[in-house]
Amino acid sequence: MSDPLLSIRDLRVSFPTRSGLFQAVRGVSFDLGRERLGVVGESGSGKSMTGRAILGLVRPPGKVTAERMDLGGQSILNLPESKMRALRGARISMVMQDPKFSLNPVMTVGQQIMESYRLHSGQGGRAARDKALDMLRAVQIRDPERVFDAYPHEVSGGMGQRIMIAMMLAPDPEILIADEPTSALDVSVRNEVLRIMDKLVTERGMGLIFISHDLNLVAQFCDRVLIMYAGQVVEELAAKDLHNARHPYTQGLLNSLPRLDHQVDRLAVLQRQDSWRDQTPPLRSGA
Amino acid sequence: MTELTTRAWLLSDAPQTRRQAKLGALYQGWLTFRANKLAMFGLVILILLVLMAIFAPWLSPQSPFAQNLADRLKPPSAAHWLGTDALGRDILSRLIHGSRITLFIVGTVALIAPVIGLFIGTVAGFAGGWVDQVLMRITDIFLAFPKLILALAFVAALGPGIGNAVLALAITSWPPYARLARAETLTIRHADYIAAARLQGAGPLRLLIGHVWPLCISSLIVRVALDMAGIILSAAGLGFLGLGAQPPMPEWGAMISDGRTYILDFWWVAAVPGMAIFIVSLAFNLLGDGLRDVLDPKGAKE
Amino acid sequence: MLKVENLDVWFGDLPERVHAVRQASFSVAAGESFGLVGESGSGKSTILRAITGLAGGWSGRIEVAGEAVSGRHRSRAFHKTVQMVFQDPYASLHPRHSVDRVLSETLHLQGMDQIDARITRLLDSVGLGRGFRFRYPHQLSGGQRQRVAIARALAAEPRLLLLDEPTSALDVSVQAEILNLLSDLRKDRGLTFVMVSHDLAVVAHMCDRLAVMRGGEVVEQMAAPVLRSGQAHSAYARDLLAASSSYRRESA
Repeated sequence: MSDPLLSIRDLRVSFPTRSGLFQAVRGVSFDLGRERLGVVGESGSGKSMTGRAILGLVRPPGKVTAERMDLGGQSILNLPESKMRALRGARISMVMQDPKFSLNPVMTVGQQIMESYRLHSGQGGRAARDKALDMLRAVQIRDPERVFDAYPHEVSGGMGQRIMIAMMLAPDPEILIADEPTSALDVSVRNEVLRIMDKLVTERGMGLIFISHDLNLVAQFCDRVLIMYAGQVVEELAAKDLHNARHPYTQGLLNSLPRLDHQVDRLAVLQRQDSWRDQTPPLRSGA
Repeated sequence: MTELTTRAWLLSDAPQTRRQAKLGALYQGWLTFRANKLAMFGLVILILLVLMAIFAPWLSPQSPFAQNLADRLKPPSAAHWLGTDALGRDILSRLIHGSRITLFIVGTVALIAPVIGLFIGTVAGFAGGWVDQVLMRITDIFLAFPKLILALAFVAALGPGIGNAVLALAITSWPPYARLARAETLTIRHADYIAAARLQGAGPLRLLIGHVWPLCISSLIVRVALDMAGIILSAAGLGFLGLGAQPPMPEWGAMISDGRTYILDFWWVAAVPGMAIFIVSLAFNLLGDGLRDVLDPKGAKE
Repeated sequence: MLKVENLDVWFGDLPERVHAVRQASFSVAAGESFGLVGESGSGKSTILRAITGLAGGWSGRIEVAGEAVSGRHRSRAFHKTVQMVFQDPYASLHPRHSVDRVLSETLHLQGMDQIDARITRLLDSVGLGRGFRFRYPHQLSGGQRQRVAIARALAAEPRLLLLDEPTSALDVSVQAEILNLLSDLRKDRGLTFVMVSHDLAVVAHMCDRLAVMRGGEVVEQMAAPVLRSGQAHSAYARDLLAASSSYRRESA
């Protein structure tokens, strides 16, 4: 990976609370190339906050600091909102967990995709419409003309998530951040959505940050995995090596899952250790 | 116990007794409220108002009723800080005594209207079906009339006087609370914790009082605090029209009414009680805003 | 312990009536752990709600401990026999009620005596300890909340526990703790479980037998080992198993 799309060093996000400063993210560093990078952790591990920080979506009084946060060699750390807005969508996009909350209920699906495309490309209505229909076809919606004129409540959850992906990919971003994109979906729909996302990301040579709590899913879907605990990256490994994870936290997470292929009487319970909180995150050597 | 440990005890996430849990919850609320400077300002004004009402006889320099026709319509001076009215009564003294009346009106309306509203709204929302239909149509009938007109009609029928004015205001101001309480109840009704209580065999009355009311009350309190200004103004309006407090009672609305004949030449007669109404209304609004931060965090932030 | 025959459950009135469950039949023996699996909208949770009288209209036959239930009203005896744990521990605890209040009200409603001692024992039995007694839900983590919800369900000392996706809102490590707790409680108290889940692995771990549901109908019933070995009869059950065990890249 010679030229990372996104390079982050020592990212920190903190929120002032009554009992002092709460650090949601404590020194996260990674590079993202044209690959699928999984970020795994439990709730409160700071994985979503990392995604939000990259997009400049951390609301005040939250504070984002980093030694470096570069997109294609240009710093995007704490850019003014107007510049960030131009960046968001055009170069980095985000797919959220539940399409029900991220689609505008009073605009048709087509209008929303067209809008996201026009905002960033400056193209006219005709071209935007064609692009929107193309995108709907690309996410394998069988009847794009009909879905184009549908309102979000008229489509199913899986369809909604595909529409979100269509919308986010319409302006051809370099990086897609997907925050639990399939957690609200049924397994059968989930795999379809993943396959579509996989295909688009690979074809377009995009970088994907896939945030999820599901270790196995990430292991199967991504190239490389970061495991986060209490705001830090505790382990980084190639997805295929996940089951040989060394960090006790990763092992504990894997062992606590009930498995279909072998029966246990009791599930292993994760014994959290304070030392996990304070270890220095492993620095990657440029692999 | 030092200051710091009391604070830690109150903010503890693991309270050891029922009392500590209750006090801790109150303290958390107080901290949130205190962070809102404007709300604190409102609270201070209202505390001053209450103190003023309690100590009115000692605070007021003169009797609010003592007439002195020789000194009528005097501008503010050392003898009469806020001047005198058309009958030579000291406006400051009347203002101070008037705070009692204002508090009486506000307090009584604030006790009656939300309680009626809470009861009707939650019963309607919780029972559903025809009970809901009947209660909400009654509410609609009340809502269909402008509040002040309806209050006027009530007072006209019952006879003018401060008691009847309060009653009329209370009767006419409950429908919005009923609406609000019903809307809240509808969202609560199907919550899992209600279902869980039902599964324990809890009857509708217990669910209503023990489970639904505590969740509705906070938003009602906020709404009442925000509506207080309106109630004061309505009461003043009734006073102004001569249907509320009767002379010589130093009710603020009636005082403005008295002063309107002289408003161009002797502005202070109407302006001083007007300022008082304005300040108190503002204080209630600010307080309501702060209470919303505490009681209904969803509505205030994000 | 529980017998469901030809159960139909619907919502709404006739012209736009939506059937959530059609002709579902299954029975659960005392001491058994039975799973209901399916995707969202398959009607699995609705069955639990129909049993407890929380769902809309239903027809068919529901028998609990030999007693048939009818309509939406349930007797005191029913509430003492059957309890339920809900999916979302953030929604199933009253936000203004402390743990103490939740448990003491429940015990009071169930006509129990020695409420203080019982609360302590309940908290101990779900692994919370008495330090949690006076906390409010916002002072608890998701797993702790679910433990409180389980304690609430156990307060009546029921024999049948209905579990509606009890861990799907929790992190996996917490899920393991809760599932272990449920297994222990079942062993200690000889409880009968009916567990609804979309997660086949969880159901296979917890249950002896299970029913696969789709579109409101029971597609197939099987023993858990059959599910594990992938020898389900219906294509749908096999598809579900394949889909949930892995995601495979098209290229791979």
